[in-house]
Amino acid sequence: MSYLEYTVKFVPTGSRKLLYLNWPLALLLTATAGIGFLMLYSIAGGSYTPWAEPQIKRFAIGFAIMLTIAMVPIWFWRSIAGVAYATSLILLIAVEFFGFVGMGAQRWIDLGFMRLQPSELMKVTLILMLAAYYDWLNPTLKSRLFWVIIPLLLIAFPVALVLRQPDLGTSILLLAAGGGLMFLAGVHWAYFAAVVASGFGLITCVFKSRGTSWQLLEDYQYRRIDTFINPASDPLGAGYHITQSKIALGSGGWTGRGFMQGTQSRLNFLPEKHTDFIFTTLAEEFGFIGAFSLLTLYTLIVLFCVVSALANKDRFSSLLTLGIALNFFLFFAVNMSMVMGLAPVVGVPLPLVSYGGSAMLVLMLAFGLIQSAHVHRPR
Amino acid sequence: MKQPRTDTEANYRLITRRAALLGGLQLTFIGMLGARMQYLQVDQADQYRMLAEENRINIRIIPPARGEVFDRNGKPLARNVPSYRIVMVREDAGNIDDVIQRLAELIVLNPEEVGRARSEMKRSAPFLPVTIADEVTWEDLSRVSVNAPALPGILPEVGLSRVYPQGSDFAHVLGYVGPVSDYDLKRIEDPDQLLRIPRFQIGKVGVEAKVETTLRGKGGAKRVEVNAKGRIMRELDRREGVPGSDLQLTVDATLQTYVQARIAKDSASAIIMNIQSGDLVAIASAPTFDPNLFVRGISIKDYDALTENKYRPLASKSVQGAYPPGSTFKMITAMAALEGGFISPNDQFFCSGHLEVAERKFHCWKRAGHGSIDLQNSLEQSCDVYYYNLALKVGIEKITAMANRFGLGERHDIPMSAVAKGLTPTKLWKNRTHGSDWVIGDTVNASIGQGYLLASPLQLCVMVARLASGNLVIPRLIKNIDGIEQPIPETTRLGMNENNLQTIRRAMFKVVNDRRGTAYGSRIIGDAMRMAGKTGTSQVRNITAAERARGVSRNEDLPWERRDHALFVNFAPYDNPKYAVAVVVEHGGGGSTAAAPIARDITLQALYGGEPPVEVYPSKDRNRIIQQQRELRSVRPIANVSREEQA
Repeated sequence: MSYLEYTVKFVPTGSRKLLYLNWPLALLLTATAGIGFLMLYSIAGGSYTPWAEPQIKRFAIGFAIMLTIAMVPIWFWRSIAGVAYATSLILLIAVEFFGFVGMGAQRWIDLGFMRLQPSELMKVTLILMLAAYYDWLNPTLKSRLFWVIIPLLLIAFPVALVLRQPDLGTSILLLAAGGGLMFLAGVHWAYFAAVVASGFGLITCVFKSRGTSWQLLEDYQYRRIDTFINPASDPLGAGYHITQSKIALGSGGWTGRGFMQGTQSRLNFLPEKHTDFIFTTLAEEFGFIGAFSLLTLYTLIVLFCVVSALANKDRFSSLLTLGIALNFFLFFAVNMSMVMGLAPVVGVPLPLVSYGGSAMLVLMLAFGLIQSAHVHRPR
Repeated sequence: MKQPRTDTEANYRLITRRAALLGGLQLTFIGMLGARMQYLQVDQADQYRMLAEENRINIRIIPPARGEVFDRNGKPLARNVPSYRIVMVREDAGNIDDVIQRLAELIVLNPEEVGRARSEMKRSAPFLPVTIADEVTWEDLSRVSVNAPALPGILPEVGLSRVYPQGSDFAHVLGYVGPVSDYDLKRIEDPDQLLRIPRFQIGKVGVEAKVETTLRGKGGAKRVEVNAKGRIMRELDRREGVPGSDLQLTVDATLQTYVQARIAKDSASAIIMNIQSGDLVAIASAPTFDPNLFVRGISIKDYDALTENKYRPLASKSVQGAYPPGSTFKMITAMAALEGGFISPNDQFFCSGHLEVAERKFHCWKRAGHGSIDLQNSLEQSCDVYYYNLALKVGIEKITAMANRFGLGERHDIPMSAVAKGLTPTKLWKNRTHGSDWVIGDTVNASIGQGYLLASPLQLCVMVARLASGNLVIPRLIKNIDGIEQPIPETTRLGMNENNLQTIRRAMFKVVNDRRGTAYGSRIIGDAMRMAGKTGTSQVRNITAAERARGVSRNEDLPWERRDHALFVNFAPYDNPKYAVAVVVEHGGGGSTAAAPIARDITLQALYGGEPPVEVYPSKDRNRIIQQQRELRSVRPIANVSREEQA
């Protein structure tokens, strides 16, 4: 037990906290959200309704939430990690029973004043929980099998529940974020090597078993994989979205068709053009320059988070910030890969840009935690 | 709350290292995304730009015309008629409320449909037409067309909709079509693209459902050019689909209409079958319903009225109903005994009014008993004790095997919904389902068609056809698909001793034509057309000893649900069998009074191909028959085909 308990030499108090906020990060977030407003305005055919206006309101509320959370000392948030995790888990179980069916999957819970998506909340509370766990755990024990199984269970419960909804995209994100946090916390690399190796083994088995008597997946699941690998094989069926999205993207060219001049994304060739496929509109209307700018903004956000995390010196704060940054990265990386035909179509929105309430609020809540860690770090 | 603490230097370095590693991976991935972006948007831009232009060309599916259905003489049973609807295009309408208001002043709008249209318009693209009034009349359509300038965004459209000109008479045979539901889509593996067209109509029950793929045809496609807003500018080319195949049924519509009218007053079913070909010439079930109501979307009130009716108008009793066959089963028991060599036709048993088996009394319907009686007389007078004695000799397995050879307990393959399998019990079956052993009393009950035995009118009809011909008659409902005659299965013999069959036929002849026969009142006058048959009265309740002591309670005194089923099966003419008939009147009382007269009337109608001369009826019935026929002629099928009448 070689913790160096230390006293904080200087912590900003009261309204002075605002000065110590990570303002560049807040600015980057606002800029990214601004791109979202622009796109939603364009998709609605040059109208604030039905998407842009609510989205702006939500961002304003989210920004306020971020500031509020940032004002509260990070050690308070650490102390409620367990409660927050348990609450999210209970809410996830609750959607199983009282959930409302939205978009074909059971994801919502109606709180009266708003509809909450517990799986979104879980993305933050899981990271919070794992960061608190590794903060609490003696670092010399972290690679012991028993102490590895505990975080694995913490990850497995919500993943299983989300998978049941069914929401494959979110469960993959949860799994990846949780695993990533364990990696950051310093769990021995051999565990990860084993997981990667067995993953490859499983994939090989799945493909080798095709057509044999011990076939591991159903025929239609193989067909889906085929369609993903070669979307042209089924242009009017499952490959349709990928093909259409690539056409919209590619036709943007260097500079794009111009604001509100996009044709493909507006022509109803694509579903969910204001949520999961919003990137196609940006790419079509602003071309490579616009798309690459968004990618740069995202990269900068992650970068600022990582820099802030490493300057924190406090294990909990570092892990929390890194974990949230990783989660944010996974969000946009998976969405962009999907839209550009690098990954199968799973329902993952583009963070801060896609239309959606829960996702936006929870994301801002997460950035509030990062800001709190930033403000309250030892100076 | 603890104050934050710094980490050990080593652990901090580890986290930094891992963060750097993960950050590196992330950066690599981001680089890959950037590269992909460049590939798609810069390197391949020209190609995708071209594809995007091509994307202006959309493919729309053209639904095929559904096959029509005709009776054996070419009379239409299910047709497609043009139907008119009024659609609205949101972006052309401007103020939706205003336009709907003005439209409502011209024609009657269904508020439910308008509400649905409004919510649909909110969800779909502004240039897509949304149906605001379906099934409008030609007059309403022309009124709207004349006022077109005042109604921006309102367009008339023509489509095809299904109409059943024979209405309720063919409701059970044909079934009806309706829009594809989510439930339908879930049931079908790899559904046709056609089914995804909103409101596409598919068969829901009956022939419409069972022959769905044949009737549906194949969808065509047209390529259309759309402008940058997605509006169709012009049609480029089209590939016509394959229209659905027309069907011709074996049913004779005139006869079917007569039979439906004849049984309309009861909860009953009747089947007539051609013995040579197996053609089902009439399949009636009453009460019935108007299938046209379902096509247009039946109101909840009408639907509830149908489902809550205790006479079950939606059930196709002639093929779905399973009843204890009662005394109509005695031919099977007798055949089993004769073919097994257990008795000869002249062997006699003594009927004292009951038989004691395993310390239980099994009663004959005639309490005084029939005395010594032989096979033909036992069938003619429907003596129960005679068959109890046969049961004891033959045993259940041989009786069941014989029943199966006559088509009982077999799901006949005809394209109607929920065709009943019935039940021919065996010892093994009882052990499996009831968990108790077969007892001799079960065999005794089975010998007179009671107990576990269940048969549908269709099965009874096939049974009679096989008895009359000695052939393995197989029922058939589809005569012809798209002008191609469907083959009649080659006749194979049942392989029964012809003398035994002749004995049974002779006995059935006496049932109707001998003064002591149970159906003597329903005989036909004139040698050429005489029929042979068998009555059946099957109990749906147990008669208690107390009831027996009071004297068996009369059916008329019982509530409808507890009365006996009345059955009658017959074939005609006796000398040269052409038609087999089965009639079941649910809780109708006695087979001889409730079922036999119906069977005779419809047999005559089939034999004469229309109304028979009154001379074929016994002279004392003639006045009543003339009156009855006049009433039936005035009954017309309930067919709600107002649109056609207006046209």
